Amino acid sequence: MLNFINALPGAVSQGLIWGIMAIGVYITYKLLDIADLTVDGSFCTGAAVFVMFFTTGTGLWPAMLAAVLAGMLAGLVTGVFHTFCGIPAILSGILTQLGLWSINLAIMGMKSTVAINVTTGEMLDKLLVSLRFVQDVAKGIRPFYRHPILVIGMFTILLIAVLYWFFGTELGCALRATGSNQNMARAQGINTDFTKVLGLMISNGLVALSGALLAQFNSASEINMGRGAIVIGLAAVIIGQVLFSRLFHNFALKLLAVSIGAILYYIVIQAVLAMGLNANYLKLLSAAVVALFLSIPYWKSKYFHVRVKTGGAGHA
Amino acid sequence: MLEIQEIWKTFNAGTVNEKQALRGVSLTLRDGDFCTVIGGNGAGKSTMLNAVAGTWTVDGGSIQIGGVDVTRLPEYKRAPYIGRVFQDPMLGTAPTMQILENLALAARRGQRRKLTWGVTRAEKERYQAMLKNLDLGLEDRLTSKVGLLSGGQRQALTLLMASLRKPKLLLLDEHTAALDPKTAAKVLELSDRIVAENGLTTMMVTHNMKDAIAHGNRLIMMYEGRIVIDVSGEEKKKLTVPQLLELFSKVSGSDEADDKLLLS
Repeated sequence: MLNFINALPGAVSQGLIWGIMAIGVYITYKLLDIADLTVDGSFCTGAAVFVMFFTTGTGLWPAMLAAVLAGMLAGLVTGVFHTFCGIPAILSGILTQLGLWSINLAIMGMKSTVAINVTTGEMLDKLLVSLRFVQDVAKGIRPFYRHPILVIGMFTILLIAVLYWFFGTELGCALRATGSNQNMARAQGINTDFTKVLGLMISNGLVALSGALLAQFNSASEINMGRGAIVIGLAAVIIGQVLFSRLFHNFALKLLAVSIGAILYYIVIQAVLAMGLNANYLKLLSAAVVALFLSIPYWKSKYFHVRVKTGGAGHA
Repeated sequence: MLEIQEIWKTFNAGTVNEKQALRGVSLTLRDGDFCTVIGGNGAGKSTMLNAVAGTWTVDGGSIQIGGVDVTRLPEYKRAPYIGRVFQDPMLGTAPTMQILENLALAARRGQRRKLTWGVTRAEKERYQAMLKNLDLGLEDRLTSKVGLLSGGQRQALTLLMASLRKPKLLLLDEHTAALDPKTAAKVLELSDRIVAENGLTTMMVTHNMKDAIAHGNRLIMMYEGRIVIDVSGEEKKKLTVPQLLELFSKVSGSDEADDKLLLS
């Protein structure tokens, strides 16, 4: 139990980082109505690009920007597969994801892991977040405002604000209309191919940003770090929706719900690990939980009818 | 305003399901014409409308709207010239977006979407007044999701959306076919009003011969991918359903078509 509580700040921080990825998944899955599997690859792309730039002396922000751009490029490829080549969205994502595995390895110089050397304090100080900061703040070595929960929390709020603005603009509305009803969007003169590609680029840019942050948090980029990311993202989206759909109607709050969903997901994972589950079974558990939550709305409508009065005199 | 010249379209070419949907259709509409289109199932009515709207490109022939050749333009690039209402009430609106947002999207039909606000405050008041004019009780539900509206409400909203930015051509594709008779009559009346108020050049496909005669200043009937009857002006005003049926059997050379038309 004590272990669990000690691990909690780390779990929340990690949840917040994955929450940014989950917001990316929300954009494609909920707004564009596309299940984009590119994220499993582009997450690691973000991490790899960041680590390679950062460890070779590039500044923190330029390196993070490079990561985002690389992720957007991955989204562009999936988008072109889907719109220009007419490949179904799911398959387009799978193709990009597969190709990215090789590309990610190449970015990392054919090594499966590239670490950020944090044994010297100099490199560590430059990072935006690190698991070490959690302990450092607790010990009083670092000021409280370097705590990852605070830093990523602020970062997330800033991102949500930007996304809230964007999806309220004419262009953002066009993107949402594309996801809501393509026929209508085209009849209104919206180039739906363009909006789909744009949505996939924004989404994967966010996913790569999340990857870059996790690479900092773990002080390393690892070739398998994005595996199953889409499932984690979906889990966060669904948890957020199940818990907050009745409370949150505003778009910004819906994005916040996704982030909270990711945090809860990581707290649950931490709890399960604390109970002694072999870490090997985590992915199975994630898959089972997401499958269950995706089934609930279907079961609800099919097997559990809301009881309504039948017969008798009623209003016509 | 609209000039269709010898357009051809074949679906599933080279397969057993090959279907010549349009066989050299030509039609010219003058500015302000309201043309109703009738014909049996598979006669090519909706196909002709889709050809004009650009759902796909035609195999041959040309289409000009207001002097602009749109034959090779994709659907979204024709949108500046065309307002549309579909047969399926689901197709014309974005169900997961607000009434307000749908209207705002339509108000920018065919314009470049920029990074300025998608809905402005001034617009909101304007739309509220317009919805009040529709008299469907929608003016108090501006922020409701369109998915919650009934089919008739959606078609009325789609009509309003189609006319927000005055189109050179309004295409109504059996837009009352999915509604109950009472709602259908109301939506038709609204269509007439919107067309008249804005002086829109309109093509309306319908299954109902009476409606086809009662509305507009021109009537065409299609049969097997061709226009077989074309009446306008005084001649159309005097037209009756039995006359139309007789005319049709003469042109198509068969009586069985009567039943086909009446039943469809």
